[in-house]
Amino acid sequence: MPAVTVLRPGMLTTIQDLGRWGQQHLGVPVAGPMDWYSHRLANAIVGNPADAAALEITLLGPELSSDAEILCAITGAEFEVTAGGRPVRPCEPFTLGAGERLRFVSRIAGSRATLAVAGGFTVPQVFGSRSTSLTSRLGPFGGRALRTGDVLPFGRTAGAPARRRGRPIPLPRGGARVRVMLGPHENWFTEQAKQLIERGRYVVTPDSNRMGYRLDGPRLEHAQLHDLLSDATPEGSIQVPGSGCPILLMADRQTTGGYPRIATVITADLPVAGQLAPGDWIEFEACSRSVAIEALRRREEALRGSAA
Amino acid sequence: VTADFQIRAAGDSALIVDLPARLDVPTSARVIAMAEAVRRRFGTSVRDAVVGYHTLTVYFDALAVDARWLEEELSEIAADPSALAETPGAAIEVPVCYGGDLGPDLEEVAVRVGCTPDEVVQIHASREYRVFVVGFVPGFAYMGPVDPRLALPRRSSPRTHVPAGSVAIAAGQTGIYPMETPGGWHLIGRTPVRPFDESRVEPVLFRPGDRVRFRGMTRREFEEALD
Repeated sequence: MPAVTVLRPGMLTTIQDLGRWGQQHLGVPVAGPMDWYSHRLANAIVGNPADAAALEITLLGPELSSDAEILCAITGAEFEVTAGGRPVRPCEPFTLGAGERLRFVSRIAGSRATLAVAGGFTVPQVFGSRSTSLTSRLGPFGGRALRTGDVLPFGRTAGAPARRRGRPIPLPRGGARVRVMLGPHENWFTEQAKQLIERGRYVVTPDSNRMGYRLDGPRLEHAQLHDLLSDATPEGSIQVPGSGCPILLMADRQTTGGYPRIATVITADLPVAGQLAPGDWIEFEACSRSVAIEALRRREEALRGSAA
Repeated sequence: VTADFQIRAAGDSALIVDLPARLDVPTSARVIAMAEAVRRRFGTSVRDAVVGYHTLTVYFDALAVDARWLEEELSEIAADPSALAETPGAAIEVPVCYGGDLGPDLEEVAVRVGCTPDEVVQIHASREYRVFVVGFVPGFAYMGPVDPRLALPRRSSPRTHVPAGSVAIAAGQTGIYPMETPGGWHLIGRTPVRPFDESRVEPVLFRPGDRVRFRGMTRREFEEALD
């Protein structure tokens, strides 16, 4: 089977598909990409199904080689990249020749790039998914980030590359404003906290990862102090422990938690949140369900794009 | 009749059926029965149905499923007592080697609740527990209720490494750490039973609604069981 070899892993490179759904009631986390939009866009460009496994590349990119010619696409965070020494343009298909090196040099914008290869990475599935959950050590390579020497087999059964080219996700430059739906526990907070979540500016602290972002900014006070009995924690939940410092739960969150959640980032804006890096700012803007659904429809249209 | 539940949105892709906040068996049985009814009625068109103590969270694809329609369907399920026959859970026995270096908090627990270590063990092993929720990490079962004589809050500073198989109590609950993780519960023993084992046909041992009993085992039996 043809394969890609990891020559340098970069800071944190993991294999992800669209997540391990259907097992959260057993405590098995979803994981999946931090930027679902760029994951799907990269797969579409090389002709893969949306849920084919691709690489999620964080802040410092890897160096890879392939033992067979392969069609690739890189979406999401913008890096300076070369394939066999030739510059690679973001969000466009390119070929990596057998024995050539794919090198991520410097990062220009965003925090996470997706690398898809035609046929997808065909590492074994765990619980029906190829996503890496670092928090529960589940998935390819025992649920760890890739290391030098790892060999990633890829398939030979891609469809035709997309004729229409989807638009890239807008990358945050220093920070981003994301939309939230209030709740589910907004009434556990003071009126002041409910206003602050919309007016305050927060900073993504260095103590942030695929599980969640710890945010620094105005404290959000609980109106009632009793503990919440653990329940499910969707991606995008903004949970607030007793300290008042919010935590934005991201792709590799645990399935359940016991802190009140003041608001939830809408699905359409999760990819933007996923492109933030430590030090970036984030602001929240409350919206209705209908605005959230309309925004998601727009993302789908952008993904389908216009004729190439 | 006024409904005793609320349906809340958790973002655009999840709805929560929220029953009155109680940690008791009838509430838990109702949540589990609702989860079963949701799986029967919607199959794979819901992505996940996650059981909490008094909540059921239903995940769906926001473009494929109309949330207002789903909300009505969930209200119907939550309000219909005939749909709420919980399938009885499995009865599972868990051997535990209590105390010593395998249960490093046993003595402190005994001091804090005002009895002997043997009495703590006897109280812990003398009742059947219900699995209320499975979460935190794969296979971690939140079981209870624990005898009020052993009531203790979580440790003030959580451990960064709790060994796999540790049997612990806190906040009226008991559980087994399926893998080495950080943890804030009091460790009173260890079991050779693996709540999560990827190599098993059924990797996850406990499900919400299961009934669990603990029984003491010697250090030697524990070590033999590990081999």
